[in-house]
Amino acid sequence: MQPTSLDTGAAQGERTGPPAPVGPPPRRSSGRAWEWSLAALLLAPNLVLLVVFTYRPLVDNIRLSFTDWNISAPVANPVGVANYVEWFGRADTRTVLGNTLIFTVATVGISMALGLGLAMLLDQRLRGRNLVRSAVFAPFVISGAAIGVAFQFVFDPSFGLVRDLLARIGVESPDFYQRSGWALFMVTFTYIWKNLGYTFVIYLAALQGRRADLDEAAEIDGASPWAHFRRVLLPQLRPTTFFLSITVLLSSVQVFDIINVMTRGGPVGNGTTTLVYQVYQETFVNQRAGYGATVATVMFLLLLIVTIVQVRVMDRGQRA
Amino acid sequence: MSARAHGAEAISHRSPLKTVAGYTGMVLVLLVIAVPLFWIVITSLKERQDIYVRPAQWFPQPATTANYSDVTTRIPFLDYMRNSIVITGVLSMSKIVLGVLSAYALSLLRFPGRGIVFLVVIAALMVPNQITVISNYALVAQLGWRNTFQGIIIPLAGVAFGTFLMRNQFLNLPTEIIEAARLDGAGPLKLLWRVVLPMSWPTLVAFSLITVVNEWNEYLWPFLMSDDERTAPLPVGLTLLQNNDGVTNWGPVMAGTVLAMLPVLVLFLVLQRQMIKGLTAGAVKS
Repeated sequence: MQPTSLDTGAAQGERTGPPAPVGPPPRRSSGRAWEWSLAALLLAPNLVLLVVFTYRPLVDNIRLSFTDWNISAPVANPVGVANYVEWFGRADTRTVLGNTLIFTVATVGISMALGLGLAMLLDQRLRGRNLVRSAVFAPFVISGAAIGVAFQFVFDPSFGLVRDLLARIGVESPDFYQRSGWALFMVTFTYIWKNLGYTFVIYLAALQGRRADLDEAAEIDGASPWAHFRRVLLPQLRPTTFFLSITVLLSSVQVFDIINVMTRGGPVGNGTTTLVYQVYQETFVNQRAGYGATVATVMFLLLLIVTIVQVRVMDRGQRA
Repeated sequence: MSARAHGAEAISHRSPLKTVAGYTGMVLVLLVIAVPLFWIVITSLKERQDIYVRPAQWFPQPATTANYSDVTTRIPFLDYMRNSIVITGVLSMSKIVLGVLSAYALSLLRFPGRGIVFLVVIAALMVPNQITVISNYALVAQLGWRNTFQGIIIPLAGVAFGTFLMRNQFLNLPTEIIEAARLDGAGPLKLLWRVVLPMSWPTLVAFSLITVVNEWNEYLWPFLMSDDERTAPLPVGLTLLQNNDGVTNWGPVMAGTVLAMLPVLVLFLVLQRQMIKGLTAGAVKS
């Protein structure tokens, strides 16, 4: 942001009419004060909102995690690290962590791999590809709650779509409503179905912006399709992969609507309960906001660590 | 994948096998997306007893719109719709205005600490909503704002992504034009309104679309803030419908789902190009 003095000459030269004021210096020095106050004025509302409703609660959440607060009581008594001790000792912690891990790894891994595959497929010259592109992206704009409600009936073990299709090939439908593993499969599938369009669209944009000369060079060298993919395509897509791995991870760890609508964290208590869902359940259903805040804090720390590791891995990959 | 230059794509030297595989893949993908949607629509058009038969009816006979009139009369569907429109409208407008103003200050005005302020804004993207809801819930409840529109709207109104998107756009504008306008004596607001925004139209449209879709689909916060049709938007209303009785009556529920999906899908079909531009613009720079 400095070529001001260079440009002014040209700009003034083109001007007709009254002679230009004698350059920027006076305006700059007297202008500084109003420029600062204008910036403050423009930024203030947004900053206040972010501080009050994002950063303040982030800090307040840590304070609450050391109390026995229930969300409706006026006072919260300090209990030290009792909530954390409880979290580490509780039997359901492992289940919830396991569910979160399975759900997150599956949604991030599958939606990125499928998104890239579809992007490569629909980057080719095929008739009707625009229609399929739109179809893949469409579910991404629909509300997760609506999709959750609808897919509950798609997976209905007695009268659902999946049951009907399986019956046609003589397979009995798993009990998606009562069996924990299948319920987790159901919410994972539904989430991927809804969000695949996002990774697809981002990868497609990256593919369309890639360097054609490298593709040609690889062809002239007679590289096999696999070698071409590994050594030419993937390295070019690395920044995109990195960006997606962080954004998709953040949003899939946060999923609430689909789980709340489809299973309420069940069956059998916590069959599909993830960390985020546990935060909601402890805070608002079990009236234990202090413990809920503890789970939320643990979750935030885990996310922070994972993100830092991702950035590190990416840095190393780029230097290599 | 065969190598080819962009624009002039060589169809000729792709093997027929690959072409067949390509079309097979396309058909498969289309089926996986379309069949569940088709299933939802036909269920919404079935009479009650036709929903619970095996094997399933793939073409409802007779088709009926009873579920649609049922859902719109049995629950205050129009109230939910109104709430969705109010919340989405007000929230989108304020996010767009705040995002543009913040981005303008962070790109075209000079002041000390600009880099730090920018960091504070985008770091908010890394804070999951679910971590902030406990404390925010307490704050809003204390203010007596549960079951009010301001209680839903104000805590969601801060803009991080949009600021980031618009700032990138403003920084990419040609400096000469902006300097020329400044020398012509355009004040900062006139500069924004007459020069910067008109040149940033496509990005602004993309940002607006993404915001509208996101707010229309917002679930967790309105779910915590609303007990009933006074303020609950459609996605929350749908859940209430589902829980009305022990056994879900899928016909009206599916009709409600279709009605909830329709507005965004139509918006998407008309404006998907702009919407996609906004999403990819956010990704490309990093």
